[in-house]
Amino acid sequence: MSISRRKFLGWVGAAGLSTTIGKSAAAATNKQFAGYPKSFAILHDVTLCVGCRSCEAACNTVNELPQPEKPFTDLSVLETKRRTTTTAFTVVNKYENPKGDQRPVFYKKQCNHCLEPACASACFVRAFTKTLTGAVTYDSSVCVGCRYCMVACPFEIPTYEYDQALTPRIRKCTMCHPRVVEGLLPGCVKACPMEALSFGKREDMIKIARERFRKYPDRYVDHIYGEYEMGGTSWLYISGTPFKELEMREDLGITPAPQLTAGALSSVPIIVGLWPALLAGIYAVSKRKEKIAQSEKEQALASAKERPDESEIEEES
Amino acid sequence: MAQVTTAERKSIFSLFNLVALIVLGVGVYLTYLRFTGGLAAVTNLSDYNPWGLWISFDLLCGVALAAGGYVTSSAVYLFGMKKYHSAVRPAILTGFLGYALVFLAINYDVGRPWRLPYPLVVQQGTTSVLFEVGLCVATYLTILFIEFSPAAMEWLGLKRARNLVVKLTILLTIFGVVLSTMHQSSLGALFLIVPSKLHPLWYSPYIPVYFFVTSIIAGLSMVIFESTLSHRFFAHKMDETHHKEANGVTLGFGKAASYVLAGYFAIKVMGISADNHWHYLTTGYGIWYLVELLGFVALPSLLYAFGVRTKSLTLIKFTSVLAVLGVILNRFNVCLVAFNWHLPSSERYFPHWMEIGISVFIVMIGLVLYRFIVTRMPILYEHPDYKDAH
Repeated sequence: MSISRRKFLGWVGAAGLSTTIGKSAAAATNKQFAGYPKSFAILHDVTLCVGCRSCEAACNTVNELPQPEKPFTDLSVLETKRRTTTTAFTVVNKYENPKGDQRPVFYKKQCNHCLEPACASACFVRAFTKTLTGAVTYDSSVCVGCRYCMVACPFEIPTYEYDQALTPRIRKCTMCHPRVVEGLLPGCVKACPMEALSFGKREDMIKIARERFRKYPDRYVDHIYGEYEMGGTSWLYISGTPFKELEMREDLGITPAPQLTAGALSSVPIIVGLWPALLAGIYAVSKRKEKIAQSEKEQALASAKERPDESEIEEES
Repeated sequence: MAQVTTAERKSIFSLFNLVALIVLGVGVYLTYLRFTGGLAAVTNLSDYNPWGLWISFDLLCGVALAAGGYVTSSAVYLFGMKKYHSAVRPAILTGFLGYALVFLAINYDVGRPWRLPYPLVVQQGTTSVLFEVGLCVATYLTILFIEFSPAAMEWLGLKRARNLVVKLTILLTIFGVVLSTMHQSSLGALFLIVPSKLHPLWYSPYIPVYFFVTSIIAGLSMVIFESTLSHRFFAHKMDETHHKEANGVTLGFGKAASYVLAGYFAIKVMGISADNHWHYLTTGYGIWYLVELLGFVALPSLLYAFGVRTKSLTLIKFTSVLAVLGVILNRFNVCLVAFNWHLPSSERYFPHWMEIGISVFIVMIGLVLYRFIVTRMPILYEHPDYKDAH
């Protein structure tokens, strides 16, 4: 296989172009989305939670979910670790208190309502919306059921109705968006007897958290989980136990999920713009080369015909 | 030569027919279960593992292994490597069938397949990598259909339509490369959003490039592999040109694949260096990563090179299988093995036999269609009425 210099250069160019895919475009921006102004958030003070499951019961009621096998007053379910399911948008889990003989720690888990949600970014039919209230809502009327949102969610929250043959939906906490727009509190916040959950403007929730750190420095780990995780979330957590002990991931980073794929997507117009020009160029070069080879061949044949003696002599010698 | 093997061929085909019938029968039954009982009835998918075999094999492997179409057509039509011309039509056909089957498989996997056009016509989720994949795969499937259509039209005797489409060859080929570059890489880019779920050895900002480059490896190797199979079963359908060019295709594509594998090995090592993930290599996942990188990238690269140098067609054909398995292994690793590596083993996914059943069913549909087409249409030979027309 012979490669002309021009062809080689074309290939090198092509190889160079393909390396532009996947570079982060995040570096090329100084924009940072800190959430919709005046949007709401819920602050979960883990130190105040007693694991009574009132929030789970309230969630079940306001979302009109089927009753679980064991009633919400049965606290034995806390003995096993649970995750969100299609019929339980929030679950409370119990953890040993690493500080020794003190009472166990309870942590309520549900959708964190990211400021820039991975699910919404990953959805190819825009079934998810980050609303102005802070809630991330889902519209089952357009959902195709590809489940990329579940793959994308770093908190492993969305659930899917695998047992539905024709109408499977994604199910997750709505932050009680329908109630909030009516001026009502989210079901879980209203039900909490310990005030472990506070609802309000996100910036106020952060202020309250900091105020508690200042007042009771010995009681808390100096970190508001959700302030910056994955670019920030509308659920915020403060705790006396390191978050890692509550199986909350501390290695998620602060990059909002949409930025992780923005670079790859930004290469699309470049490929569409450059590839055709480059490939057409390579085609033109190879075609021209063929043409030249053809005419050279014809010339050689013609000259051979004109001087048959000479060529014979050359061949003999 | 063809006559000698006729009897043998017949017995193989009747055995094939029997197996095909069983697989298709089971497949129809599993299809019924899937669309009456939902995914829960036939899969082991869970809320932790939303993507299983149908995404990792049918979609990711399916698209990569169907890359022979754009690789071969661009080599011949754009780069002017005319000596591989007889490889174009079989490659386009397998590409077309491959993508058609990917589309079929997706209909099993998504919850409401009749809504698959929604991302295009109802609401466009342009921030999603999956949107790009969907758009490109849909467009490319159409392009492949048009690229394949001349063979069908020659068979049906639609001369004028056929000549019109042949005039579009260069345009279609360029479109094909543009679309393939985008969606082959985007299938890797799907995983850019999960740095917290995919093992760091497989998660890399370069993963779109890795997927694109491995698609070239898969495309080249599949052309060699398929040509081996075609010679075994459809030699009587090939014309003199096809027979004459076949060894050249195997040698040339083997050589190209060796280079691309070597380049891929280099960028994989660069990826590890860029992220400084060397320390993971001593862990269990690291050893598995080395198995993939050394056994299914470095080794086939060397074997291809050795096969080309010694002109050993047997070695090249063997290596093509190894390289194809390597690409399949890579897709499985990214989508299943290294995905959710942080979860306890009780929450990990292993496919249900019925998921495997559906995948086998879909591959079988492809084999049956391929046989139907190559025994009727001018794929492995040039139609006598259209000699040297392209």
